[in-house]
Amino acid sequence: MELKDKLVSSFLVFENHVNVDSKIHDIRNEAIKTFENLGFPSKRDEDWKYTSLKGVLKHDYSVFPKQEKALEYKDVKRYFIHDMDTYKIVFVDGKFSSHLSETTHDKIDVCLMSSALEKSKYKPIIENYFNKIVAKDSLTQLNTAFSREGAYIHIPKNQLVDKPIQILHFSTGNEAALMLQPRNLIVVEENSHVQIIERHQSLTDNPVLTNSVTEIFASKRAIVDYYKLQNDNQEASLVDNTYVEQKSESFCSVHTFSFGGKLIRNNLNFFQKGERVDSTMKGITIIGDKQHVDHNTLVHHIEPNCESHQDYKGIFGDKSTGVFNGKVLVEKEAQKTNAFQANNNILLSDKATINTKPQLEIFADDVKCSHGCTIGQLDDSAMFYMRSRGIPKKEAKALLMFAFSNNVLSSVKIPQMKQRITKLIANKLGVNIGFDL
Amino acid sequence: MLKIKNLHASVEDKSILKGINLEVKAGEVHAIMGPNGSGKSTLASVISGKEDYEVEKGEIILHGEDIQELSAEERAHKGVFLSFQYPVEIPGVSVTNFIKTAINETRKGQGLEDMPAKDMLKKIREKAELLEIDRKFLSRPLNEGFSGGEKKRNEIFQMAMLEPQLAILDETDSGLDIDALRIVANGVNKLKSKDNAVIVITHYQRLLDHIVPDYVHVLYNGKIVKSGTKELAFELEEKGYDWIKEEVNA
Repeated sequence: MELKDKLVSSFLVFENHVNVDSKIHDIRNEAIKTFENLGFPSKRDEDWKYTSLKGVLKHDYSVFPKQEKALEYKDVKRYFIHDMDTYKIVFVDGKFSSHLSETTHDKIDVCLMSSALEKSKYKPIIENYFNKIVAKDSLTQLNTAFSREGAYIHIPKNQLVDKPIQILHFSTGNEAALMLQPRNLIVVEENSHVQIIERHQSLTDNPVLTNSVTEIFASKRAIVDYYKLQNDNQEASLVDNTYVEQKSESFCSVHTFSFGGKLIRNNLNFFQKGERVDSTMKGITIIGDKQHVDHNTLVHHIEPNCESHQDYKGIFGDKSTGVFNGKVLVEKEAQKTNAFQANNNILLSDKATINTKPQLEIFADDVKCSHGCTIGQLDDSAMFYMRSRGIPKKEAKALLMFAFSNNVLSSVKIPQMKQRITKLIANKLGVNIGFDL
Repeated sequence: MLKIKNLHASVEDKSILKGINLEVKAGEVHAIMGPNGSGKSTLASVISGKEDYEVEKGEIILHGEDIQELSAEERAHKGVFLSFQYPVEIPGVSVTNFIKTAINETRKGQGLEDMPAKDMLKKIREKAELLEIDRKFLSRPLNEGFSGGEKKRNEIFQMAMLEPQLAILDETDSGLDIDALRIVANGVNKLKSKDNAVIVITHYQRLLDHIVPDYVHVLYNGKIVKSGTKELAFELEEKGYDWIKEEVNA
């Protein structure tokens, strides 16, 4: 059976496990219909011109994992940012793992989507925010149809969350092939500040496909720093759909570090619904083999006096492929918009590919919008310069790449996170030097 | 220390060095002069191991060992240093971090431990002072937006930090005003000892007023056509290169 048909028929089974007499389920019902009509995106869709899901969709994925597998913290510790105190929301094969997690209801809610969707005390938040800003595209709708589990984070007014929150999704390989559809909702109210780290990690070589949806709401003067660490193994693929709505004077940044996985597609969407909003989206992609990473971004400037900053760096080796499609939409009312976009790429091999496409649609007349993309190779003269000073080829190459990514790395605000990323990059490049750039 | 025998080298099938012979002993300063396009910079690059050049014939012997098969970094680990005519800009890497990496990688290559951070800082401070380099300068990205003089001073600063046995200064005087020239030359002179050697590549005699050579060689059309003492440099300054060309072509 094709995956699409399997999913549509699985929906009936899914209905046995959820409360079908709820507003939420009406939404799910609507969503599965949309998905059934649209099917999976193909290269015929303009937005998917350079990314084919064909190879990823061919597996016979289990949609509901049957058995549960307990993980020991010591076995998965290295996937956490473990050298600091954090809240943790951890899922194993799509199911919440209470013993790996550290949630809270003390002033803030750092807990589970499944209980937020069911318990009445969360109802006002769910009704106000759940599924409010997502796109009508097939993958988001598919996730909505099966939305049940994920992270639920609600930060009320004036809270400076004392430590970062980690959201981790493990897959164990209990199933021959597994499809996961986590659904996260993050609501940050006025004047509050939160830092979140998200990671998807497969612990096996069995194929895993994750279709994740995250909705983030930043109210007035809220600050949200979101970090996505994508360093999964060769058989794991991820479609990450993230939607951010910002109210006036809020600041929201999303950093995406893509170092591993078979195929990654990031759909990152920002909607600015207030004045003096700052939206920052940055990324470092370092891949090789036949890996594929696609960044598809949208900033919708709706109100005046707002800013957006995009800075994506990519380093592609072997036969890897990168895609950057950055859309900036400035409405007529959004005067005095400052929108910057940069996408810089280095190709390390003749067979690596990058498709980069800035897309600016500007209807206001008093704005500053800039975009630039570059594609290049490592500079030979810089290599010789460094090597003549005693720095070996591999290290010289690494130093150049660190320097290249430094603009993105330098804006990571959690020192332990920054250190981890630096280490991951060094590992990726096969060098053992702690450049303190 | 360095013996070059009948060295022929080409780039993209264009023959540039056509039989160079040169011997440099510890404690000596050699100047290599010559008109544009005579092969001076090529010689410097070939000694330091730039891969773009094809060595067709001849030997480059350092401390009794033929170094032709060694990479640029391995030659650096054996004490070869090239001060670039055009130092490369490396945005995102500060002067300090670059030199720290260079020193520790060199030490690694020599089988030594990393230099303790305290010693490193002390050395950086000492050498920066020698070259009259401001502390703020050290945290700037390497060569990015540096003036010509700053770039050259930074090259000699790196030389002072790395303490090479064989330093090759490729047109270090170009782009320097008289004050910077004095500072740079003073730096080089302070680093000179009976155990190391310097090859100064230059068009003009003015640098040689400050860094006084034991020998002067004239490179023309890929060969050393004349060698002498520092007086030869004065003669070249006075009469130009035409008489050499005539002598060679006669």
